[in-house]
Amino acid sequence: METMPKWADLILTPLISLLLAFAISGLVILAIGENPWEALKVMVTGALGSSYGWGFTLYYTTNFIFTGLAVAVAYHAGLFNIGGEGQASLGGLGVALVCLSLPWPGWWLALPAAMIGAALFGALWALIPAVLQARRGSHIVITTIMFNFIAAALLNYLLVNVLRPVGSMDPSTPRFPAETHLPSISDIMAGFGVSWGQHTPANVTLIVALIACLLVWMLIWHTRLGYEIRAFGKSEPAALYAGISPTRIIITAMMISGALAGLMAINNVMGEAERLLMNSVEGAGFIGIAVALMGRNHPAGVLLAALLFGFLYQGGGELALWTSIPRELITVIQALVILFTGALDNMVRMPLERLFLARRRRGAR
Amino acid sequence: MPTGAAGGAGVPQTPPAIELRGISKAFGPVQADRDISMAVPRGTIHGIIGENGAGKSTLMSILYGFYRPDAGEILIDGTPIAISDSQTAIRAGIGMVFQHFKLVRNFTVLENVILGAEDGGLLRPSLSRARKELRRLADEYGLDVDPDALIEELSVGHQQRVEILKALYRNANILILDEPTGVLTPAEADHLFRILRGLRDQGKTIILITHKLREIVDSTDNVSVIRRGEIVGTVRTADTSPEQLAEMMVGRKVLLNVEKAPAQPGAPVLDITRLRMIDRDGVERLRDIDLTVRRGEIVGIAGVSGNGQTQLLEIIGGFGEPGATLMGEIAINGKAIPLHGYGANGRTRRKLGIGHVPEDRQTEGLIMDFAAWENAVFGYHDAPEWQKGPLMDNAAIRADTESRMARFDVRPPNPELAARNFSGGNQQKIVVAREIERNPDLLLIGQPTRGVDIGAIEFIHRQIVALRDQGKAILLISVELDEIRALSDRIAVMFDGRIMGQDHPPDTSASDLGCLMAGVSPGGAPMTKGTGA
Repeated sequence: METMPKWADLILTPLISLLLAFAISGLVILAIGENPWEALKVMVTGALGSSYGWGFTLYYTTNFIFTGLAVAVAYHAGLFNIGGEGQASLGGLGVALVCLSLPWPGWWLALPAAMIGAALFGALWALIPAVLQARRGSHIVITTIMFNFIAAALLNYLLVNVLRPVGSMDPSTPRFPAETHLPSISDIMAGFGVSWGQHTPANVTLIVALIACLLVWMLIWHTRLGYEIRAFGKSEPAALYAGISPTRIIITAMMISGALAGLMAINNVMGEAERLLMNSVEGAGFIGIAVALMGRNHPAGVLLAALLFGFLYQGGGELALWTSIPRELITVIQALVILFTGALDNMVRMPLERLFLARRRRGAR
Repeated sequence: MPTGAAGGAGVPQTPPAIELRGISKAFGPVQADRDISMAVPRGTIHGIIGENGAGKSTLMSILYGFYRPDAGEILIDGTPIAISDSQTAIRAGIGMVFQHFKLVRNFTVLENVILGAEDGGLLRPSLSRARKELRRLADEYGLDVDPDALIEELSVGHQQRVEILKALYRNANILILDEPTGVLTPAEADHLFRILRGLRDQGKTIILITHKLREIVDSTDNVSVIRRGEIVGTVRTADTSPEQLAEMMVGRKVLLNVEKAPAQPGAPVLDITRLRMIDRDGVERLRDIDLTVRRGEIVGIAGVSGNGQTQLLEIIGGFGEPGATLMGEIAINGKAIPLHGYGANGRTRRKLGIGHVPEDRQTEGLIMDFAAWENAVFGYHDAPEWQKGPLMDNAAIRADTESRMARFDVRPPNPELAARNFSGGNQQKIVVAREIERNPDLLLIGQPTRGVDIGAIEFIHRQIVALRDQGKAILLISVELDEIRALSDRIAVMFDGRIMGQDHPPDTSASDLGCLMAGVSPGGAPMTKGTGA
């Protein structure tokens, strides 16, 4: 029985959760003696008030789209992939190896090649936990968490001992050659004669991310593989009955998930830093979990949630810059948003459902 | 056509043991019970019968304090009482025996009986009091159970007795049993009804909820029929017949017997020789199964659930418990098929022409969160007609589902609705339609009508017989003996992983089949469980 209209389920519920999270954040800001209205104004103008703000917001959004899609795809197979962080950092390694190994004639060729590298490395990093889950029953949540640490250690070793140029004090790869630099959104806009978001990191990867949303939507709801992934995720006994191999679904879904997480590196490593740094992912892999939760594992929802978290990231940075609100408080706000939209979803949903039911019953009489 | 809410038999001058006046209960927009009134005289067995989802269980949950009614009142011995929780219900003398037992499996009978009714912080006094009480109850009602046996060591029939003892120990005067015979052999069921009659003769009042017409007719004094949340009528059992009750339940005339011509068996489609299965824990689940199903015949396998039928059906269907070892041979149309490895899964078996309506449609046959159209191709979703390049042709599947829902009278005929929003009978029609319309050579069908309402049972039975008449082979598994006897052309009986003969004619008496189901050859010596072949 549908208890609520679809719009209430998909839009109203997260919106109310979000408002609650903001309200409590406001109380916290009030409690430390700052003005919550001022804070909100700083965040909104800083993230959305100028093309400069948007340029950063969209850069973060691009990261979160990839990691959010990664979590969503695995979720449809009933797998909770917490390893986006590690898969994205391995994706960075793939990008770096591609960009540094060959003399690329231009970004238009380097981009697809780097995408393959990023996706492949991310997918392979997800493959090991997937095989362990499918063959040995080791729980994917545990193994993907462990693989985040292993990835961090591996990159640490590689950056310090192998990839660092001789004489550099910085544990990072050399800069990528200029031919591999991706055009930023401001470059593209300038091509149309529009001055937009100069010196911001948002780049052509945003378009790749939007295409990824579309492709994931096609995959999940319009292909046989997506059908089988969803069937397996909803009921393993039913999948067995239908002759869908659990091993194949676990491995395929996790590799797609890992590839999507890996693709994030195109944005941050190739598009922004233009070299591979230590801890390049900066927690975006974990934000992806919240993004997927809030976006109800639907690409359109992931896109919107990624935009929200992009706003929180950029707005939060501005808050630390222009007010005396400490940086840690931004983490508190983000945590509240995650808490309310993700973990406490039912707290808002159930009263709303009762409300709609009561209304409908009155209408029926 | 009998109408009215008043009880038939009973003594009018004493107030009824339990009386409901205008009970209504809604869950959201669904009106589960509407203005239910009935009176159950003391010292009678009162049947409540209705289709799945008619509101029987909701009504009983109200009586036991799980739900509060939106309107109406309950009178016990003529006194109105508000039953707010199960503790109140117990104090009012109501005892409930659920379909799924609520027993702690690794506790003894005695410990289960006193659970929640201990006299104090120390167990010893309660236990010794309970021991005496159990002995008295056992003598009085023929409820023999070893008080020191662990629940997990007891047969299902004995576990049920423990549930009854629990209620009696709490001084229940009104005993409510919800589908009590679903898990029992016919002999165990007979024993249960003897106990219930004994309890009635001692002045207890018994309410029996069931969907089995025969039990109602055989064992109750009065019967109330519920349809769509309303009482259709309360009648004296002696004045009614199964046909009349079925008609009241469904609201139209129902054919209780399946009409079919004699079978004309052809060549064997399924041929199983010496099939053995040893599960992951080393327990032998199937012992040297030999079974043949020919074209144009329905072979029914009778048996109490848990005697290997499930495993047999799943192995033929291409999936089964992981880690199990299989030996022997299965041939389809004369060709041996692989039992292990990549060739042995649901997909490859379907390609061989095996359709499969699984026993458990809610976890296997359907994805409850999938829309009807997505479920309508489940297992056949890789068929070429549903592909459009690299994508699935969702539009074609939707269109096909819509016409199929019309043909199979699935209600509501909305392909977008998720499977969980259909009633049990309509869910089963979706599964049956999917498997039958693929025109299989062999149809495996497990519990075709479990949780399915009478109207849909009739429809599904007709479909199965029609498939047989097209010359298909059908292997049927059911715990409903009546269903096995009505549909099968040949009956096989399974007990403890073994087939106790596969050539029993459909008119074999229920008691003979009951003996075989309990591992006793009719008129012969009992066979003990667990001895290898």
